[in-house]
Amino acid sequence: MFFALFESARSALASIYAHGLRSFLTTLGIVIGVASVIAVVSVTQGMSSFIGDTFASLGTNSLTIQSYTPFEDQMKGIRARLTPEDLEMIERRAEGIASITPILYANRSSQIKYGSQTAFSQIMGTTYAYQDVAQSYTQIGRFLAQTDNLTRRRIAVIGEKVRENLSLPENPVNEYVEIGGEWFKIVGMLEERGDIMGFSQDDIVLVPYATMVSLQGNQTRTDIQIQLSLSDSADIEDVSRQLTTLLRNAHDLRSDEDDDFRIQTAEQLMEEFDQIIGMVTVVIGGIVSISLLVGGIGIMNIMLVSVTERTREIGICKAIGAKRHHILMQFLIEALLLSLLGGIIGLAIGFGLGTLISNTIPGFPSASIPLWSIALALGFSGFVGVLFGILPAAKAANLDPIDALRYE
Amino acid sequence: MALIEIKRITKFYEMGSQVVKALDGIDIDVKKNDYLAFIGSSGSGKSTMLNILGCLDKPTTGEYHLNGKNVEALEQNELSEIRNREIGFIFQSFNLLPRANALGNVMQPLIYRNIGFRKRKEMAMRALQRVGLGDRVDHLPNQLSGGQRQRVAIARALVTSPSILLADEPTGNLDSRTTIEIMQLFDELHAEGHTLIVVTHEDEIAQHCHRVVEMKDGKIFNDSTVTGGSAKVTA
Ligand SMILES: Nc1ncnc2c1ncn2[C@@H]1O[C@H](COP(=O)(O)OP(=O)(O)OP(=O)(O)O)[C@@H](O)[C@H]1O
Ligand SMILES: [Mg+2]
Repeated sequence: MFFALFESARSALASIYAHGLRSFLTTLGIVIGVASVIAVVSVTQGMSSFIGDTFASLGTNSLTIQSYTPFEDQMKGIRARLTPEDLEMIERRAEGIASITPILYANRSSQIKYGSQTAFSQIMGTTYAYQDVAQSYTQIGRFLAQTDNLTRRRIAVIGEKVRENLSLPENPVNEYVEIGGEWFKIVGMLEERGDIMGFSQDDIVLVPYATMVSLQGNQTRTDIQIQLSLSDSADIEDVSRQLTTLLRNAHDLRSDEDDDFRIQTAEQLMEEFDQIIGMVTVVIGGIVSISLLVGGIGIMNIMLVSVTERTREIGICKAIGAKRHHILMQFLIEALLLSLLGGIIGLAIGFGLGTLISNTIPGFPSASIPLWSIALALGFSGFVGVLFGILPAAKAANLDPIDALRYE
Repeated sequence: MALIEIKRITKFYEMGSQVVKALDGIDIDVKKNDYLAFIGSSGSGKSTMLNILGCLDKPTTGEYHLNGKNVEALEQNELSEIRNREIGFIFQSFNLLPRANALGNVMQPLIYRNIGFRKRKEMAMRALQRVGLGDRVDHLPNQLSGGQRQRVAIARALVTSPSILLADEPTGNLDSRTTIEIMQLFDELHAEGHTLIVVTHEDEIAQHCHRVVEMKDGKIFNDSTVTGGSAKVTA
């Protein structure tokens, strides 16, 4: 059996090689299927493990409250707001909160200048509590202090990326930058946090909240974000329910009106990402199974052609003693090798593509192929080969020797 | 006991409403080291007869014992085994595998016996040398002349040391000079103890054989043993 098997494999390879172009075109379906699954898996795997890490570092016990205006209301010019009064009210009345901080984004220009250098950055006004809520600490200098807020000092804490963009010295503390026409002294630089999905986490400038408020002229339209972290014993669900009730009351919402704010937890964000990735995986899975199906049919088709072409050869082999399984094996192995070949080419192309994608998007986590996906891709293409090879191989094996020999 | 015992064999083909009786009640015994020719006009059933003898085809009715084994009762895989071990078939159109060279073609039947490559090659080389093709082993069939191709086919039939060699018009596609060479090879194989059955419609070839069976309309018309050995071809 062994030598017969070996010879079957050898002659299958020879026949694949003899029809090089045809074999390649036949495997294309499998190549595309496997390449797309590997490309997507390698990218999403890199992404999801990275996102997982990132959110874990954000802390699972923090949440963000933002105002939310439904699209129809936006069209009518209505804007929901979250005000400093809301913040005060929450500070006073909500339970289970460890630290809480407002965040006010620069609403006009987020331009920042140093000497002749100009950069755009995410500039936000916040308080000393931000470092606890966001788990973001300084590596050089100090963070914003409570007194900075009270006295509306013009100081800033910057991220590593900002320093880089503005060509600030290694130690930027005590340098002056210009924001919105005002001079700010840098008092500290944050620890580096890296990127999420190509967005730098280090491209931020923090200034005291009160300073930011005073920079923004019209204070009747102030719309802030509130970030808070929970005390150890607090349950995130309880707190969000409590906050919802408080805010709905404060905003005088009737029971039939929707919330005009959104409470987001890091966990929620992560779940959303997971959902997106899950969806992408399902869609790709669909595409892949279709292309594997098409690829399999392609292989079956070409194997049927090949059986017909080689009817006489099959007759000859049977006449000189080939048994059913000898012929079956030869064609089955040929189909298997064809689709495995497609699988391997697809694997290489898919990995190449995944690497290309993650390399061209700056800051994108690097592609990684888990071993299971290789096994799955090869396993699946092999399975497809065998599945769709059985029919033609059985057809060949069951040929009557005399009929096969007479075949013109 | 005879090598081949055939009793009342028939082979009918149904062509629409008409039944073609390719073989119509054949009784024949073939002994070891027989050198037998089937002759007869075209359509008389010679090829059909040989295909049944070679276990390539099954008769409609009748009994066929080969080496004491009842071939009727066997199924496809067992028939393959018989074809591999007991029978060496030589075709008019050579029937070599086009993508294998001479050596590969001769080695092919040994694969089905699960013999290792080295042994296979050694046996095939010996068979090719036997038919005088030791210097053409790596030629593909389409790089060989007709006579050389038929020698490869004969080597392939010989390599398994079968009980019988069956040849259906082995020289039908060859010129007269090559025909003589092939028939001389057959004479030698017979002298070495092989059993040969040849289908032909050429008298010169039949004259080589020791027993000539003439067929007509699917029946044996005349079965004569030529005493005194094979006559020489006079062409
Ligand atoms: N597959 C088939 N289907 C129908 N009829 C067949 C088939 N094979 C052979 N026959 C018929 O059986 C008869 C005997 O055919 P066979 O091939 O045995 O003749 P033959 O003696 O070998 O002739 P030739 O010398 O021309 O080769 C013929 O009448 C032929 O038409
Ligand atoms: Mg014939």
